[in-house]
Amino acid sequence: MHALGKLIALTAMIAMAGGCGKKEESVPKPEPVKPAAAAQPPLKVGFVYVSPVGDAGWTAQHNAGREQMAKALGPRVSTTLVEKVPEGADAERVIRDLAQQGHKLIFTTSFGYMNPTLKVADEFKGVNFEHATGYKTAPNVNTYNARFYEGRYLAGMIAGRMSKTGTLGYVAAFPIPEVLQGINAFVLGARAVNPKVQLRVVWISTWYDPGKERDAANTLMGQGADVITHHTDSTAVVAAAEEKKKMAVAYHSNMAKFGPTAQLVAVTHHWGNYYTHRAQAALDNTWKVAPVWGGISEGFIKLEGYSDKLPKELVEAVKARESELMSGKFHPFTGPIKSQDGKEILASGPMSNDQLQAMNYYVEGVIGKVPVGGN
Amino acid sequence: MEAIGTLIAFTMNAGTPLLLAAIGILINERSGVVNLGTEGMMLVAAVVGFAVTLNTGHYVAGLVAGGFAGVLMAMLFAALVIGLRANQFAAGLALALFGAGVSAFIGLALQGEPLPTRSPDGVPLLRNLPIVGPALFAHHWLVYFALVLTFAVSWFLFRTRGGLILRAVGESPESAHALGHPVLRVRCLALAFGGACAGLAGAYMSTIYTPLWSDGLVAGRGWIALALVTFATWRPGRVLLGAYLFGGVTMLQFYLQAQGVEVATQWLAMTPYVATIVVLVLISRNPRWIRLNMPASLGKSFSPNV
Repeated sequence: MHALGKLIALTAMIAMAGGCGKKEESVPKPEPVKPAAAAQPPLKVGFVYVSPVGDAGWTAQHNAGREQMAKALGPRVSTTLVEKVPEGADAERVIRDLAQQGHKLIFTTSFGYMNPTLKVADEFKGVNFEHATGYKTAPNVNTYNARFYEGRYLAGMIAGRMSKTGTLGYVAAFPIPEVLQGINAFVLGARAVNPKVQLRVVWISTWYDPGKERDAANTLMGQGADVITHHTDSTAVVAAAEEKKKMAVAYHSNMAKFGPTAQLVAVTHHWGNYYTHRAQAALDNTWKVAPVWGGISEGFIKLEGYSDKLPKELVEAVKARESELMSGKFHPFTGPIKSQDGKEILASGPMSNDQLQAMNYYVEGVIGKVPVGGN
Repeated sequence: MEAIGTLIAFTMNAGTPLLLAAIGILINERSGVVNLGTEGMMLVAAVVGFAVTLNTGHYVAGLVAGGFAGVLMAMLFAALVIGLRANQFAAGLALALFGAGVSAFIGLALQGEPLPTRSPDGVPLLRNLPIVGPALFAHHWLVYFALVLTFAVSWFLFRTRGGLILRAVGESPESAHALGHPVLRVRCLALAFGGACAGLAGAYMSTIYTPLWSDGLVAGRGWIALALVTFATWRPGRVLLGAYLFGGVTMLQFYLQAQGVEVATQWLAMTPYVATIVVLVLISRNPRWIRLNMPASLGKSFSPNV
């Protein structure tokens, strides 16, 4: 290959590897089941991801959902994914590209895609959009989110029971309501089984920096936390616990591979049923805007990867709580709930969705103050 | 007391990748070459080091392979800026982007692979001492190696003939050339050394520090190392101070948070940068010193034939 050829190859490699990678993954068409279905061209469904798909984490779970949907609907859908799309101007371009290419249903899976999604949706009235974790809708933009805190409460019960030092640790990204719900639910769950438990929190101001996540985890373990968990994207926290022979609660994905002895349980996200259901609705022309905030009962959140170390009666207690959550008999945020300075936040009954979405405080049992400048 | 011990330990661990990378950059720049590609070199070395450790089960093999990957990347850069006399800033930026892309590409299959367990790090008996043991003697050997390297580089630069030649090449390549020193060969060697250091730093991050591979693992530490060298006015001792300070303040703010001290998140993210810049600027506030220490031919190509 002469010099020019090399240069071109190099440029192509940079272009391929850098920026956002795009993969077209249409399911190979098997023999048509019904002649009618085969005559219809497949519904093109687009997915926009904020990080690389990877093996575990937020985007990995969304991608698992996409795969489940593609498998369930077979030749009737074809899916496209665009990964590593930064929140902001780039996102708008990517979403518009997908709409222009004839995708009729587009899932945008990060909070920061909210305004870009709405903007593109306004230009493409014939395309339906689904935005994860946002709060603004439009005639063709729906939102969906999960009650992550339900899983956190159950995991908190396990952490509270298994901790010997009575100190738990939490590596968190930014003090937004979703993260605070998780922290508070975790400590409420832990104190439900051991009222003396305390929780220390370290904020690292990024969703993803394996080095910092690990440092924060080590800091927490250095200060007596023997069960740690994280609301950040990598597997570093669970791996750090494994290395230090402490315990961990994994988040997003089952991380047993990274902490075969450390992981007590994993709070995992599952979007596949929802994606299948919504794509089916789009195929049947019954797609409507109906914001969803699903939890354990909707199958959005699960507890997986239970450690063998957990005592049997603990697992039974957690499962019992889980079924109460499913039947609606129990809500993790049920009064009386006190904030950490002893002020009463909720006298009785379950917390309303509005109150949940405005959460900006720690409940009793968390050490330290919520850093200002959240949201 | 114990808290201080843990803080020191974390500081040394967090400062090491910065220190290694910055020492390499310092040697590059002392020879007059600016290599902005450190971040990319670290990423490629991180993924290569991780892959080799994963497949051979030997951490040393991974580190060595990472160092070699760094040297290879540096040679690619040398071919561009010394061989073809390309603009150093543009070529360095290209190397950084190229490294980010290529490492993500190579690393696709490595995401989420756990490494084999490591035997405990540190000096066998000393690491069991109370407080001092975990603080100073329980680190991976590369942490001590980075310290030794810093002093070795300082000695080399200011106490040896080789160091004098290197500095002469950086100050005035024309004069060095006239005296018969091989300017381009010196710069190539300096770049290779810088590549090896960046490579070790990257491989340390993926195999010892984090230890895992994921896309963009280095998270900007290559850029921080570049800035450190400038703020440290190209002096190895100050680079060490800056790297440990940056690592230390990062860890200190985590520590204070876990203690329940109230601070704003924006401040938290800012403090390591602000603290490092302020301290190094204070130390180097004498403008004559900066002028004296900054290699005069920094960033300029040299051609012996013109």
